[in-house]
Amino acid sequence: MEQASLTASRVDPDTVCVRVAGAWRLRRGLPAADTVARALDERVRRLVFDARDLAGWDSSLVTVLAQVLDGCRGRLEVERTGLPAGVQRLLELVEAVPEKQGARGAVPRPVFLVRVGTAAIVATEQAREFLAFLGEATRSLARFLGRRARYRRVDLVLEVQEAGARALPIATLISFLVGLIMAFVGAVSLQQFGAGIYVANMVAVAMAREMGAMMTAIIMAGRTGSAYAAQLGTMNVSQEIDALTTMGIPPIDFLVLPRMLALSLMMPLLAIYSDFIGILGGVVVGTTMLDLSVTQYWEQTKGAITLTDFATGVGKSVVFGVLVAIAGCMEGMRAGRSASAVGDAATRAAVRAIVYIIVADGIFAVVFHVLGI
Amino acid sequence: MAYGSFVLMRDLTFEVARGSVFVIMGGSGCGKSTLLRHLIGLNAPAAGAIFYGEENFTSAPPDARERMLRRFGVLYQAGALFSSLTLAQNVMLPLGEYTDLAPREMRDVAALKLALVGLRGFEDYYPSQISGGMQKRAGLARAIALDPEVLFFDEPSAGLDPISSRRLDDLILELRESLGATIVVVTHELPSIFTIADDSIFLDADSRTMIASGSPKELLARSTDSRVREFLTRGAEGSQHG
Repeated sequence: MEQASLTASRVDPDTVCVRVAGAWRLRRGLPAADTVARALDERVRRLVFDARDLAGWDSSLVTVLAQVLDGCRGRLEVERTGLPAGVQRLLELVEAVPEKQGARGAVPRPVFLVRVGTAAIVATEQAREFLAFLGEATRSLARFLGRRARYRRVDLVLEVQEAGARALPIATLISFLVGLIMAFVGAVSLQQFGAGIYVANMVAVAMAREMGAMMTAIIMAGRTGSAYAAQLGTMNVSQEIDALTTMGIPPIDFLVLPRMLALSLMMPLLAIYSDFIGILGGVVVGTTMLDLSVTQYWEQTKGAITLTDFATGVGKSVVFGVLVAIAGCMEGMRAGRSASAVGDAATRAAVRAIVYIIVADGIFAVVFHVLGI
Repeated sequence: MAYGSFVLMRDLTFEVARGSVFVIMGGSGCGKSTLLRHLIGLNAPAAGAIFYGEENFTSAPPDARERMLRRFGVLYQAGALFSSLTLAQNVMLPLGEYTDLAPREMRDVAALKLALVGLRGFEDYYPSQISGGMQKRAGLARAIALDPEVLFFDEPSAGLDPISSRRLDDLILELRESLGATIVVVTHELPSIFTIADDSIFLDADSRTMIASGSPKELLARSTDSRVREFLTRGAEGSQHG
């Protein structure tokens, strides 16, 4: 098939003829429209078309011709009779509705200072929203304790199962590996001083005080926090949350409370479980790399940690659980009403939850240090 | 009505007579559904107030507002059924909240409501297992669970074939007769508008206010506004604007 071509030639002092020829097919690409523009100077008054050698056309022809016509709108008299009737009709359709003033919103990228300012305003707004949501959640908890909260018990049980039992496999895997890696890294250094046995102390204290709670929380943030955001976001899209509100059932009682309670109940259990599995990872390193016996490792571990260490980890995990639930539910309920919005909300929820967890952990570290715990 | 500093609609003043069917109509994107959201309390008006009878809905304290909400029933555009509950459980939710019925009795009432909308036998189905039209009807069953005084419909005919749309219109008229309910419908389906409406207002997106009110049949006969005529005659009269 002959190649598509677009040529412009002067036939009269004031007339340019645009000749389209060949087989115009979208998949073959578009000839450039500026060949015509280059042929136009001040003396040109008319534009005519010649399509005698046109072997076939589709939207590629219409696209290029629309550009050509756009370029000479208002300046030239255009005669379209040389074009196929179908092309003429399509071009008329393109031009039928004038461009709405102001619709083309090409916003220039704002200056750096403006972006910083906008980000600061957004951040303060988000902080305010978080506090408002936290307040609402607290009131909901108060209603729960006063047995006035409106939720379905079966929802709470389901969420507990989802956040607790179903999370065990991944919690096991991650905690074991974290304990293993920590022990390995520690062993490499401590062995040089013949102090390999203190790996047990290191793993035990690190897991109990920090890593157990934090690793579990981060896992739950990614797993459960984004799930909550997706669930509530989808409900938002289908107006189920609005329906609850107009039925007089506060969505925060019906949807957020079961999730928040489930996480705050399950997180401490998962954290303790994670502590022990992490220590188990340390045992593996201790017995293989350091030639310790299991009993030796265990005795060393027992001597290294106190109940306070476990208590701090568990206490932190409850707070982390609440934060993950709030981040997830908040993003879900704020989500926009399109499909991509739900995905975005899920991502944001996980990120937010992790940020909240780390910040809270920092605060706890300072507080515990001051209190001497 | 406003979103932040963007005023969506202004100067909306209208009255809905008790026991009538009131239609809110206008082109797409003119704010009809937003107006409905204001009427049921999901959005707060930027200025002005909404009264139900003598009570000011806008400035009511939470428990008074809740009492008023109990007298409403809302059918959302896609039904807004709770996807994790069966149809019967969906209908029983408002019953459980606001009545002291025993579970067995609630189930019976729920079965009745579902039968009223033609879904007898589907009580234990989940929303994902039924068609869109059926979901709408189930949503309606839930909306009428407490025999509401005011019913709100958001685009009830959206996505329905002409026959189902007609059946829904008949149901709306039937509810007005049997329940004595006041019915507010947001729609732009002309056949429905002319079938069910006693009174209406017409919202215009360009001028951002209401430009006509009255019974649609009267508007068709008497209105001289080209935008209203173009809408009511489906473009047969009136100019095209961009």
